[in-house]
Amino acid sequence: MELTLWTYEGPPHVGAMRIAASMEGVHYVLHAPQGDTYADLLFTMIERRDRRPPVTYTTFQARDLGGDTAELVKRSIQQAVDRFQPEALLVGESCTAELIQDQPGSLACGMGLGVPVVSLELPAYSKKENWGAAETLYQLCRGLLKTQMPAPGAAKPEPERWRSEGRRPRVNLLGPSLLGFRCRDDVRELRGLLADHGIDVNVVAPLGARPADLMRLPQADANLCLYPEVAGPLCSWLERSFGTPVVRTVPIGIGATAQFLRELCALLGLEPPELREADQRSRLPWYSKSVDSTYLTGKRVFIFADATHAIAAARIASRELGFTVVGLGTYSREQAREVRVAAKELDLEALISDDYLEVEQAMAQAAPELVLGTQMERHSAKRLGIPCAVISAPLHVQDVPARYAPQMGWEGANVIFDSWVHPLMMGLEEHLIGMFRHDFEFVDGHLSHLEGASAPTAQPVAGPDNGAPDVTPLSATPEGGALRWTASGEAELSRIPFFVRGKVRRNTEAYANERGVAEITEETLYEAKAHFSR
Amino acid sequence: MALTSTLPPVLRESGQREVFCGLTSIVWLHRRMPDAFFLVVGSRTCAHLIQSAAGVMIFAEPRFGTAILGERDLAGLADANEELDRVVNDLLARRPEIRTLFLVGSCPSEVIKLDLAKAAERINTRMLGRVRVVNYSGSGIETTFTQGEDGALTSLVPLLPASPEPQLLIVGTLADGVEERFLSLFARMGLETVRTLPPRQSTDLPPVGEGTRLLLAQPFVADTVRALERRGAQRISAPYPLGVEGSCAWMAAAAAAFGIDPRRVAEVLDPLAERGRRALEPLRRRLEGKRLFLLPDSQLEIPLARFLHRECGMELVEVGTPYLDRQLMAEELPLLPEGTQLSEGQDVEKQLERVRASRPDLVVCGMGLANPLEAEGFATKWSIELVFSPIHGCDQAADLAELFARPLNRRELLQWN
Repeated sequence: MELTLWTYEGPPHVGAMRIAASMEGVHYVLHAPQGDTYADLLFTMIERRDRRPPVTYTTFQARDLGGDTAELVKRSIQQAVDRFQPEALLVGESCTAELIQDQPGSLACGMGLGVPVVSLELPAYSKKENWGAAETLYQLCRGLLKTQMPAPGAAKPEPERWRSEGRRPRVNLLGPSLLGFRCRDDVRELRGLLADHGIDVNVVAPLGARPADLMRLPQADANLCLYPEVAGPLCSWLERSFGTPVVRTVPIGIGATAQFLRELCALLGLEPPELREADQRSRLPWYSKSVDSTYLTGKRVFIFADATHAIAAARIASRELGFTVVGLGTYSREQAREVRVAAKELDLEALISDDYLEVEQAMAQAAPELVLGTQMERHSAKRLGIPCAVISAPLHVQDVPARYAPQMGWEGANVIFDSWVHPLMMGLEEHLIGMFRHDFEFVDGHLSHLEGASAPTAQPVAGPDNGAPDVTPLSATPEGGALRWTASGEAELSRIPFFVRGKVRRNTEAYANERGVAEITEETLYEAKAHFSR
Repeated sequence: MALTSTLPPVLRESGQREVFCGLTSIVWLHRRMPDAFFLVVGSRTCAHLIQSAAGVMIFAEPRFGTAILGERDLAGLADANEELDRVVNDLLARRPEIRTLFLVGSCPSEVIKLDLAKAAERINTRMLGRVRVVNYSGSGIETTFTQGEDGALTSLVPLLPASPEPQLLIVGTLADGVEERFLSLFARMGLETVRTLPPRQSTDLPPVGEGTRLLLAQPFVADTVRALERRGAQRISAPYPLGVEGSCAWMAAAAAAFGIDPRRVAEVLDPLAERGRRALEPLRRRLEGKRLFLLPDSQLEIPLARFLHRECGMELVEVGTPYLDRQLMAEELPLLPEGTQLSEGQDVEKQLERVRASRPDLVVCGMGLANPLEAEGFATKWSIELVFSPIHGCDQAADLAELFARPLNRRELLQWN
């Protein structure tokens, strides 16, 4: 038994729903009690989809348990097939149904439905959403491709066969799904990127694919494993069974996109991409080199996300933006090894956890200036008063923007530059704050156009300047004693621009606590400033 | 009851339901009682459900959580009990301010027959009064959406002190502001001793006994009422306090039960009713003649339909309810217009077909269905919003009507050329 307040991942059957809802022509019959239909709103509310996910729930009740729930399952399956006439049917159960052991998959297989049936066994008490999504995609493809499997020992297809076949090379984009982070835009970005290099897209799956498209998966010259959380097992199986090579570099960020193109071109026997392509196609390299970005140097950043986005973020932050990564972790246990390796390169110990409180604690300890995380970290960061950009699922409706906002490829790098750097500055560059700190615009009560939208540390509270007492003169120390701000300390604090005052207050109090200082004077504030400056 | 014979037979359906389970009511109960914690004993699905229903995390540190059952717990029950004790210990160490702990049963904990009543007893003994531990079930195989509140309140009834003192007990969660308003109105009528269940502090439990008269603020508290009746309380039959008519009738019924002079009641209520109707007038013009389809969700559907028809002039196409408690609806059903089609339970695909066939102007539905219906061209109203918003009372009648007028207004506002 494990205590959870918020969870990063749903149960595995929600992963299966993500696959079904991402595709066309697939229907999922889910043996589940009333209430499990909540999962529909992940799609209709968070993703703002215009249709319900293609799922029929059996909605069994307590009174059904004494009777024949198997009959209910069969009835629901038959009704779903009659009503929706799917091209492939997924049948599975949620956590409660797993306990009553009706085995809906076997029941469906015995019904002679005339459509391919994939029976899903997703252990609800040991696995989670991403695993469920990966397993479902793999089982569905395996079921559909059963008849196409080459004999064991058959020759592997040559990745350069496109030449002899007189066509352009073609690849599959695997892994993009609903409730993933910006998958739809990533697919569009990659289609363009690949087209620029003379490469066609054979199948995108699961997003937008039909079962018939999955039947064409083996026709690709290579598989691009874009989201290993979802596509990892499928790519490995296609490689083992059909000999299709896999490119596993995820093209998020400048370096990774360039590496991805190099690997893919080498694999397909294409000319290597031009070295200057990144500079020509993305603004990130120049924006990052430009003088205005100088102040980004060594900004302390804490990263926690799914493995794919966490690893990409660590690389971009440390190499392409000049940040110092002070924490790196993931909730994706299946990819923990890769994240550990990435952390080790940065002299860090990776945090592998699905306990958001543990993550919050690590975040607080690392004292970053920017958090790159999920919806959970957005909340933790808000509580700690640290700017945050969301880089991975689980997400909120606000993370599904109307505009084109990919993460992958050259445009993705532009989007990343904007969305990570803006929470840090929003026009409030530190050197300007230093230069103009005594100007009246920075005095309390003067609300600039940046107010509210800008620095999360903004605290438009009345300070001593306005004659009103500070609202929180006492802060608790870890020992249970109270820190006291003296008049001189308060006066100096009030001279600090309101949008960084909260941070200065916290830093000073942390410093005082560490040193066992009970009274914070003007001098304490400057000592703390000296201590924290680098 | 004779009057209800003007209604056609209730359409009873069982099939796929698009209704939350009782766990969801934790989302408003934990706000009502800030010194309480709701610990669901269930699966990862339960945890995911509450967080999704809570708008995917409004609160950084919620007063609810889930003890997620793992494979090890399913292997043997003794193990699960030990595990639960450990989780509760960790939780209470982390949240020492918690005074009442609700252990909330779920579908899986019910199917494996984990005895939460025993667990609550055991933990209570160990805690020696520091924390009170009670239990109820919010499982989807037993309860729908708002029934969770009924379960939570029922679990508090045995803890209520006994008192024969005459008092009015309002049962069902109201928004704080609305509740204060009701208390002050009752005081104006001369009804001084008015208490509420749930209370605002979980430890501030109202007494109950022969002198207690129950007034239901919400229609979904049937089990609580029965438990309170067993303690000697008596229910006042009244419509629910939605709209001017319902609110006045509700308050008047309470006053009558305490023998308050009707003239005094009129002195207090008449100006309110007058003002309430005036505020409603522009909204009535907006809603009049519009056709309304209510899908089953919160149990508020019948009182809402009554208000929207009688005070706002809407036409009722179908009024769905997850289940129909004829006793608790006795004062509401006769107020529905002749021929109103009620439906109980749900077969969502069939019901959506009826929605499409009847082309209503507005559909009241659960969150999962709203956007798909909007995409099909229907204006919708989330039913869950009605459990979170202050909608009760004469003063709120116009606000309540506005919730339904807004989707219609919005459709007229938008232009694409």
